[in-house]
Amino acid sequence: MTVATSVFNVPGLRCAACISKLEGGLAHVDGVIDARVNFTTRRVRIAHADTLDAISLRAAIGRIGFPAEPFVGDVEAKADGETRMLAQALGVAGFASMNIMLLSVGVWAGADPATRQLFHWLSALIALPAATYAGRPFFISAWAALRHGRTNMDVPIAIGVILTCAASLYETITGGRHAYFDGAMMLLFFLLSGRLLDSVMRARAQDGVAALQRQTASRGLILAKDGSSHWRDADDIAPGMVLSVAVGEHFAADGLVERGTSSVDCALVTGESAPAAVAPGDSVLAGTINLDAPLTIRVTAAAEATAIAAIARLMEAASGAKSRYVRIADRAARIYAPAVHSLALLSFAGWMIAGVGVHQSILIAVAVLIITCPCALGLAVPVSQVVAAGALLRRGILIKDGSALERLVEADVVLLDKTGTLTLGRPVPAARFDLNAYETSVALALARASRHPLSRALTIALEAQGVEAAEVDELDEQPGLGVSARVSGELARLGRPEWLGLEVTAPGGLLTAFTLGEGPVHALRFDDALRPGTDQAIIRLRELGFKPMLLSGDREMAVRSIAEPLGIEWRAGMTPQSKFAFITALQAEGRRVLMVGDGLNDGPALKAAHVSIAPSSASDVGQTAADLLFLGDALSPVPVVIIAARRTMRVVRQNFALAITYNLVAVPLAMSGLVTPLIAALAMSGSSLLVVANALRLKWCAR
Amino acid sequence: MSGLALLIPIALLMGLVGLAAFFWSLKNGQYDDLDGSAMRILIDDEREEEDTPVSK
Repeated sequence: MTVATSVFNVPGLRCAACISKLEGGLAHVDGVIDARVNFTTRRVRIAHADTLDAISLRAAIGRIGFPAEPFVGDVEAKADGETRMLAQALGVAGFASMNIMLLSVGVWAGADPATRQLFHWLSALIALPAATYAGRPFFISAWAALRHGRTNMDVPIAIGVILTCAASLYETITGGRHAYFDGAMMLLFFLLSGRLLDSVMRARAQDGVAALQRQTASRGLILAKDGSSHWRDADDIAPGMVLSVAVGEHFAADGLVERGTSSVDCALVTGESAPAAVAPGDSVLAGTINLDAPLTIRVTAAAEATAIAAIARLMEAASGAKSRYVRIADRAARIYAPAVHSLALLSFAGWMIAGVGVHQSILIAVAVLIITCPCALGLAVPVSQVVAAGALLRRGILIKDGSALERLVEADVVLLDKTGTLTLGRPVPAARFDLNAYETSVALALARASRHPLSRALTIALEAQGVEAAEVDELDEQPGLGVSARVSGELARLGRPEWLGLEVTAPGGLLTAFTLGEGPVHALRFDDALRPGTDQAIIRLRELGFKPMLLSGDREMAVRSIAEPLGIEWRAGMTPQSKFAFITALQAEGRRVLMVGDGLNDGPALKAAHVSIAPSSASDVGQTAADLLFLGDALSPVPVVIIAARRTMRVVRQNFALAITYNLVAVPLAMSGLVTPLIAALAMSGSSLLVVANALRLKWCAR
Repeated sequence: MSGLALLIPIALLMGLVGLAAFFWSLKNGQYDDLDGSAMRILIDDEREEEDTPVSK
């Protein structure tokens, strides 16, 4: 028996009991050797016999009571490796700086020259290999920047560390009084902490959206002219072929319906909430789902030519603008690095002219470099962002991109999608059902038997009320019509209103009907409800100085009925391309767009916008394209995250101001040659602590 | 001075042991699931005896 390992995303894990329930339950499944839950990433890693495939494992997890999705991404993500490397470097830097500091305290306390010499040599022995190892992240990044003729925050760091170590080594060899090994190592330690925090934050956000694009069916069932049928990969399907699509399946290509009538869930591609009815001659799009009855379609566009592939190409084209964004810390470094280097050079030249000799002049220049090394500056941004990200995470907001908060502050237009963003994107009961307790329990039993969106909505609504399903026999689903069953001799039916003989007067609603025995036919009405707290969220957005606007792919009537009560501007019938064009046009005018959207149809818009937010219920494409995700049903996180971002950037600016003030005091001291290693160590840790303490205030920024 | 010859190596050695332990814990995945470890302590161990299959 060969052992295979599979990893599943299980977002429903919430507590210790869930962990033991899932691990214990999987231990009883035949073929499962070991199951281990990682609660932080909400994943379970299963070692199993390779006879079990992903589908049956997923079903097994489902039977234990958790919805799960196979985890497709790279298990050892790049960010994880980077975090580990930084943690190791931090460990080495911590070890080295502690030991060297111990020796340095002895030197500062006034050791006699022989002991001082011994301690300096010991420090050099620890510091040189440690700095080589722990400084690698900075050296590599600085070298990469310099080679392309650019400069970033790492350039002054790398130059500072290398020069300091070299000068201190020279001091040690010549028996001088001042060695700065402690300063160099402490610098690395502080900077690595900032870097590690940054990396942990990014790794965590990526975990939340590890799922990948799997909207289109990868294969389709082709019907040949001689009546035989065979499966073909979506890439091999060509226009003109005839495709058979079962109920619940995604269309593998764009096409025209040849035979059958059904309804199609297009929410994914067009953003329309109600299923669209299709009959022979109507067109269907790849990626949409066939809901009611089997269909035969003639392919008009396949593979790269489908509408969904066009969206994917648009998204690729859109992502360029964002990658050109320069982080605020790097912008600061562009000014800072040349300033610091010219100051150091200036003090060297000045003291040479004053005639103190090369040795003394170099030492003073090194002191300037050490004092000005962007210790506080390197911590200012990452610590603020990590603290803010932690606070936002507790409010259910995930930051996927490190620069998202920075870009969010610059946004001045808010565009909202309708289906799935302003609304829940799933049908919920429009009113209380007019059913008695017995009918309710029968209805639940019937609803559970079907995969139709309305059945599922009914199941969720009834289960939430704590209804127990009745015992039923002869369950039978009739495609396109509904479900029927027998319960203690009586016939119960749940399905299309026409099927049960109900006159449909008001069209366009989401309506299903239920009848039991000779009883009356009950209409069960659903609608795609607004997210709770939407009106407050819109009001708060206005208070923050935005003019929200609704962009939807839905019909004019549906959009207007949502937008006008909220009093916001709207555009209906927008295709993914026109949303994309709308945003690009706004940004060409110099506006910065915040896009809130969820669907595949919003993908290009989310990518093209200056910054974007998606609900966690969004399609995989929406989640991947957005910079921030919020959990839960309410829309209130959107204004919360904007306020939090503004607070964060205020603290970042304060931290920059603190760092600059510190430099204004310390640099003249260093340039006049008054800074000893002791003063450098005190000044450096003092300024770093100040910056960290200021950033910690952000712990409450998401209230 | 003779005390230093003994104490400094001891201090360095202890530091190195700590560093080695940190590297081991990183490699061993001790920090992979910090939230989960905090919760696992609440799981009753008795369950293990009932649930763990005797052999496979």
